[in-house]
Amino acid sequence: MIRLEKRPQPSRAWSLATPLMAVLATMLMGGLLFAALGKPPVEAIRTIFWEPLFGEFAFYYRPQLLVKGAPLVLIAIGLSLGFRAGIWNIGAEGQYIIGALTGAGVGLAFYPMESWIIFPLMILAGAFGGWAWAMIPAVLKTRFGTNEILVSLMLVYVAEQFLASMSLGLMKNPEGFGFPGSRNLQQYDSAHNAELIAGTGMHWGVVAALIAVIFSYVLLNRHMLGYHIRLTGEAPRAARFAGVKPARLVLFCLGASGALAGLAGMFEVSGPSGQVSIDFNVGYGFTAIIVAFLGRLHPVGILLAGGLMALTYIGGDIAQGNLGLPSAAIQVFQGMLLFFLLALDMLTNFRISIGKPEVV
Amino acid sequence: MDLSAINPVLLIASLMVAATPLLLAAIGELVVEKSGVLNLGVEGMMIVGAIAGFAAAVETGSPLMGFVAAAVAGAALSLLFAGLTQLALANQVASGLALTLFGLGLSALMGQRYVGVKPPQMARVDLPLLSDLPILGRILFSHDVVLYFGIALTAAVWAVLKFTRAGLILRAVGENHEAAHALGYKVVKIRTLAILFGGACAGLGGAYISLIRVPQWTEGMTAGIGWIALALVVFASWKPWRALLGAYLFGGVTVVQLNLQAAGVAIPVEYLAMSPYLITILVLVILSADKSSAPASLGRSFHASR
Amino acid sequence: MKLTKLLTGAAVALGLAAGGALAQDKTKVGFVYVGPVGDGGWTYEHDQARKAVVEEFGDKVETVYVENVAEGPDAERVITQMALQGADLIFTTSFGYMDPTINVAKKFPDVKFEHATGYKRAENVSTYSARFYEGRAVQGTIAGHMTESNIVGYIGSYPIPEVIRGINSAYIHAKKVNPDVEFKIVWAFTWFDPAKEADAAKVLIEQGADVILQHTDSTAPQAAAQAAGNVVTFGQASDMAEYAPFPRVSSIIDDWAPYYIARTKAVMDGTWSSVDTWDGIGPGMVGIGEISDAVPAEVKAEALALKDAMASGEYHPFTGPLKKQDGSDFLAEGETADDGTLAGMNFYVEGIEGSIPE
Repeated sequence: MIRLEKRPQPSRAWSLATPLMAVLATMLMGGLLFAALGKPPVEAIRTIFWEPLFGEFAFYYRPQLLVKGAPLVLIAIGLSLGFRAGIWNIGAEGQYIIGALTGAGVGLAFYPMESWIIFPLMILAGAFGGWAWAMIPAVLKTRFGTNEILVSLMLVYVAEQFLASMSLGLMKNPEGFGFPGSRNLQQYDSAHNAELIAGTGMHWGVVAALIAVIFSYVLLNRHMLGYHIRLTGEAPRAARFAGVKPARLVLFCLGASGALAGLAGMFEVSGPSGQVSIDFNVGYGFTAIIVAFLGRLHPVGILLAGGLMALTYIGGDIAQGNLGLPSAAIQVFQGMLLFFLLALDMLTNFRISIGKPEVV
Repeated sequence: MDLSAINPVLLIASLMVAATPLLLAAIGELVVEKSGVLNLGVEGMMIVGAIAGFAAAVETGSPLMGFVAAAVAGAALSLLFAGLTQLALANQVASGLALTLFGLGLSALMGQRYVGVKPPQMARVDLPLLSDLPILGRILFSHDVVLYFGIALTAAVWAVLKFTRAGLILRAVGENHEAAHALGYKVVKIRTLAILFGGACAGLGGAYISLIRVPQWTEGMTAGIGWIALALVVFASWKPWRALLGAYLFGGVTVVQLNLQAAGVAIPVEYLAMSPYLITILVLVILSADKSSAPASLGRSFHASR
Repeated sequence: MKLTKLLTGAAVALGLAAGGALAQDKTKVGFVYVGPVGDGGWTYEHDQARKAVVEEFGDKVETVYVENVAEGPDAERVITQMALQGADLIFTTSFGYMDPTINVAKKFPDVKFEHATGYKRAENVSTYSARFYEGRAVQGTIAGHMTESNIVGYIGSYPIPEVIRGINSAYIHAKKVNPDVEFKIVWAFTWFDPAKEADAAKVLIEQGADVILQHTDSTAPQAAAQAAGNVVTFGQASDMAEYAPFPRVSSIIDDWAPYYIARTKAVMDGTWSSVDTWDGIGPGMVGIGEISDAVPAEVKAEALALKDAMASGEYHPFTGPLKKQDGSDFLAEGETADDGTLAGMNFYVEGIEGSIPE
């Protein structure tokens, strides 16, 4: 009889081995899928994983990995704090949108004035917007005990409607011939989140993501608050005895993840994207949830997981262009990767034993 | 502005059609959540149901076969979720999101040959006499059979949850899986069955869109209805009849909004579109006073440590 | 900038390396799509045109496409990717690709770009769009004759000039043949959501409309009309012939093929130059799908005559005297609207009720 036994401690070896196994399993299954679609499987896999990193045009794709990965990592780091404490913010997509709107709103309000102060103000506004949006589920949770998973999710849809309203109304570019969408902040120097060193993909959002990784690492490992977060997640009762105030933790975790998501939105709208438009959000907030879990809620893991997700996006687009793979096949491929990672994750926390259970 | 142009009888009738896919998916998810599992993959299961049902209906020429296939396909996809969350004990939120991503891709691959194809038509149930009744006849007695099935399913789920032993066990598992396990119930097996039921219902809801409400196949055609179904379950505070009411309300907002527009009433469309979600949040807040409504084990993994 | 040089260098190097013998006789054309090729509407028609290019030139061209590309940084990356991989000509087929296209074009001066429906051009960036409002004039004429309830329903997507222009054009011509006609307009606030489009069509039908015009891409309204039984519709973006001869009595077809073939040819011949193309029925960019027998012969003849008059350029759908909705003057007797006015049109003409949502 095959049984699962919980390990007393998560296995270190397995936690390193399972992601590799998952990637290999995905390559195998993905290869079969691509072959079934009549595409060369080995070539397709190579294109997705190798081409962006070491291919002929890697000098362009490597910086793009930063651009694509940064918002994912920034949001996922924030989410991981709450997830560790058992506080479930799944509305990062909404906080991302609101952060972009408040950040861009401040920039657009100053147009066409040029001043160094504008961009820092936008950063503050973006973080504040995301924070405020996350405070809604946080306050409802602490005041009334309302389920934060569902409230934060509902607020995503509300934020999407706001976004549509803003791109068609208040923030519409007055020189845009009536088309929806704001002015392009890339063309407004004081508000442009430009590359810090041209050609590296390194913009302020990437810097912020790296800082967030370091901060979160220090917080979780060296700081009392981090200890409280971990304790609450692993042993809620013990945490209460240790004097952890759950309400404060909820406010902190949701607030921090909201602010980081808002920042990600603000850096995106003022940099790579450039403008507020109806379809501005592309699901980073949801993908970041997956990234957070793939990274095992560990700051360094999240950094790697964000990179891996970015790689499959970029490699997937290359495979579409070069091999004519439909985008749906790439989606299925990504889905498989997630399934395998999630499924194999079990091996980290459990041991598979065959035979009769030992009597303890 | 000409409000008299709005025909309330027709409005209610078409509102019922708009609400049906929502209702089917939501009833399924309600049962899943009652068992203590949160499956965010409803959108993915719906769209796979939409194409599986469409393809089966086109190939066999029978819409009913389409619905059967859709339920099977939705359940099959949900089996993946069950495996991940019940056997491999993966996080439910992440697994559900992965399921949606996978389902959207898979459906597009399955549907490549079916773009621009017309499905066989589903006949309306025509009840002589009843269908000819003034007003009530149009509202109540001239729909397709799946719409009635949705309402019957609501009643069935309500009765099972409330009056039967199976319902009691399901709720027990959702409230406190450790206690249920201690009493000797097979938590994993019960939850897996609930997940399969949820998948089948979501598949039916998807097929209702591709076979009756629209009817056609295009990639991504569920356009977020699965997510609204998730909101609906919460709105309904896990009670079947409230889910029915909520489906009419959620479906109704769109229909009423379009009706007002057509009648020439200037309304801020985006703000009206937000309203169901804001109402849901409000309902959530009110409900939080009553701690008994949400299944206590919702979203938590269960592993029998013994 | 360093990257610019690097990229240009790479592009040049690639052109040189491959240019010797092979690439000269094989022109590589890239297409960037906003939706899936299976959407049955906007993207589907662009992909049909891509296939027409392959058909036309056979071994002399190689086409590549990437679908479901989000507007913004993803688009910029995909366009760059195509340019890096040696595309000679790249069609970017959504309004939201405007700034990304311009950005990439700056880095690849030797690659030609074609951006659909935008207004920003450069040395190596052309823009192209179709005068769909000409097709709307034909639809309006048929609609005005066909309606018995005198109520025409119109499903708009977003309140942008492109859509408003279509509404105005259809209304002007429906009114011309039927002074009692009235338009009921609903905004779906989506380009593509079949369920919502179906609802919109049903609502309009319930409120008495017996002709439905749509500016959204799915066939859902057609099916709704068919179920209702006595409602006339028109195909949008693609012919939607599966609903002919009734309810679909005609259609506006986005026919990008002639343009794509001509532009590819121009690149092959080395005659490509940056232009702003806004073509209508005449050059074939706007196709009028076959008018079915459900339309009386004399109405059909009238509609076809109008189509020919627009094709030859002797008639402009926006010809004065016309007033705006608020009663102020729009066009004087015999005056026609210039392209600038049309491009930014943000008002209804006189007679349409209701206001454009903000």
